[in-house]
Amino acid sequence: MRTRTDLRWIWVIALAIALVLPWIFFDWKTSRHSGFVLTMLSEIGLMIVFALSFNMQMGQAGLLSFGHAVLFGLGGYTTAHALNAIRTSGIWFPLELVPLIGGMGGLAFGVVIGYIATKQRATAFAMITMGLSELVGAAALMFMTFFGGESGITTDRMIESSLVGASYSAPWQVYYLIVFWVFVSVALMWLHTQTPLGKMANAQRDNFERTQFVGYDPQLIRFWQFVVSGFFAGIAGSLYTIVYEIVTYDALAASKSANALLASYIGGVGGFFGPVLGATLVVLMQSGLSLLSNSWVLYIGVLFIVMVMYAPGGIVGLLGQHAPIARIGRLHELVLPYVRILVPALITVFGFVLLVELTSFVTIGATQGKKFKVGSLMIDAATAQPWMLAIGALLIGGLWLRLASRGFMRVWDGLIEEAKTLGGAAR
Amino acid sequence: MTAALSLADVRKQFGETKIIRGVSLDIAKGERHAIIGPNGAGKTTLFNLISGRFPITSGSISLNGERIDTLAPHEINRRGLSRSFQITSIFPNMTVFENIRCGLLWSRGYRYTSFRLLGRQKALNAESEALLERLNLQSRRDLIAGLLSYAEQRALEIGITIAGGAEVILLDEPTAGMSNTETEYAVNLIRTVSEGKTLLMVEHDMSVVFGLADRVSVVVYGEVIASDVPAAIRSNMAVQEAYLGAEAQ
Repeated sequence: MRTRTDLRWIWVIALAIALVLPWIFFDWKTSRHSGFVLTMLSEIGLMIVFALSFNMQMGQAGLLSFGHAVLFGLGGYTTAHALNAIRTSGIWFPLELVPLIGGMGGLAFGVVIGYIATKQRATAFAMITMGLSELVGAAALMFMTFFGGESGITTDRMIESSLVGASYSAPWQVYYLIVFWVFVSVALMWLHTQTPLGKMANAQRDNFERTQFVGYDPQLIRFWQFVVSGFFAGIAGSLYTIVYEIVTYDALAASKSANALLASYIGGVGGFFGPVLGATLVVLMQSGLSLLSNSWVLYIGVLFIVMVMYAPGGIVGLLGQHAPIARIGRLHELVLPYVRILVPALITVFGFVLLVELTSFVTIGATQGKKFKVGSLMIDAATAQPWMLAIGALLIGGLWLRLASRGFMRVWDGLIEEAKTLGGAAR
Repeated sequence: MTAALSLADVRKQFGETKIIRGVSLDIAKGERHAIIGPNGAGKTTLFNLISGRFPITSGSISLNGERIDTLAPHEINRRGLSRSFQITSIFPNMTVFENIRCGLLWSRGYRYTSFRLLGRQKALNAESEALLERLNLQSRRDLIAGLLSYAEQRALEIGITIAGGAEVILLDEPTAGMSNTETEYAVNLIRTVSEGKTLLMVEHDMSVVFGLADRVSVVVYGEVIASDVPAAIRSNMAVQEAYLGAEAQ
């Protein structure tokens, strides 16, 4: 039972961090919260729910969706209309419960879309979701009354009804509302994995034929899992609407679906918590890197490819692989090998980034009349030196990394082997 | 008395190829029935037709007098017919315990619910534990099923197959690829778990067949050429020619 108590502590620690985080960036001189940080943290929160709901299909049920944002976006639109209706009609409905409306919207559309998509599995399922994503995307630009065309639907979260007397005029109030819903949603999604439907979704993923011969209809397992996933995607979309007070076509577009996929894969689709890490990382990169570089999308793409190639289990999978070595208490023996590959890895990354930035500067930056500066150091992209440096670093770093990683794998394999024999003896 | 499982002139063809060419077979309640025959005779296809994995081309299949040949596999299973596969079919990424519990869920009325936590279902979990014990797998309880040894995986599959309490059990080569000790263990397991139930199994190992079965049917080239008690089958000339003779060489 030790692992269970450990897990409980993680929830408490995560909640404490979420509650305290905005205050670390609080400006005590002006007594103001950082708007940028609050928006970013809110975005992380709603993306965690979105990515986890994606993984209910991908990781838990083996259903790769290319149109998950449709459920997110429709939950968002439902919320925008609900908020506007509450405002104009003057009905008392607290903002704290509005995400439930978005959730029900996501669930309702989940029933419709899931009914079609879950008739198939595997590649056919992926193709259907892609088609439906295009279909809803086209519909969003056609049906003005519901989707508002290109300008989308604007709304106002200050509906003057609240369970706790908050006006939600300040972003920090919105942030705490999001923290509440993220924790409720994550907890519910975690509990879902422990229910008959959640377990049979795993079973259907592993061996759909077997589920038939224990009395289950795999198509209905997929359907109900899709619907539940739609509910949580709808909640995420609802939180999105509450934060930004506008929903546009972007909220249900393919690029939003891709975000959920990136976050889940980078974090790891195998376990439950991978997408939490992945969503956090992707939003940090989106908010942080986009300030530093025009090419931030490219970096996320490269990270995704590298993860899928070398760590298909994502970050959580990578950490998990260390578990057997940690169990025999030999983790410290990996420190030096890690340093040995870190140095060439950094050189490679440096070379790659410099090359990308130089190219991006020459093609985009220069025409905008910008100057290429690293700190106070001016770099002239018209000369050969920076290019030589970039290519040299990439080549030398890459070759060195290849050599170093061989040495690393020797140490790694040796430790894993020992862990296996020791583990066997202990049993 | 209606037969537990009854096949009447069942035919199956894939394109132009006739695989099952008019099989009629009645299996009485509580009978242990073995199907033998050379490779490619259509034994596994017959299982796939009975369990609803493939649709039949013509004829009829009845379970306790009820037609089942147009039903989906899960519907047939809910009516009390369960099967194992020639190639082990378990849930390889779940624990042994979870495998067994998944086998129990539908028959215990859990359906597709997302509102009950499995950890809290005392009766269900106790039942799963008891079955694990019968399978002699309790020491492997929390192991990922894919990591079990081959023989253990076969035992686990038998466990999943019988978990739901089906009255008619189909086992497709349950001892294939096992050593002598493992086979002995598997035969004892099959004998105990099929107690009071109707068992239909495909088997190549003659000692298993003659040790377990009340009746034996010989399938050759998509047809039943003989169906009788083991002793009669053993002395049947046609059978010896088609099957046992070839085996003895």
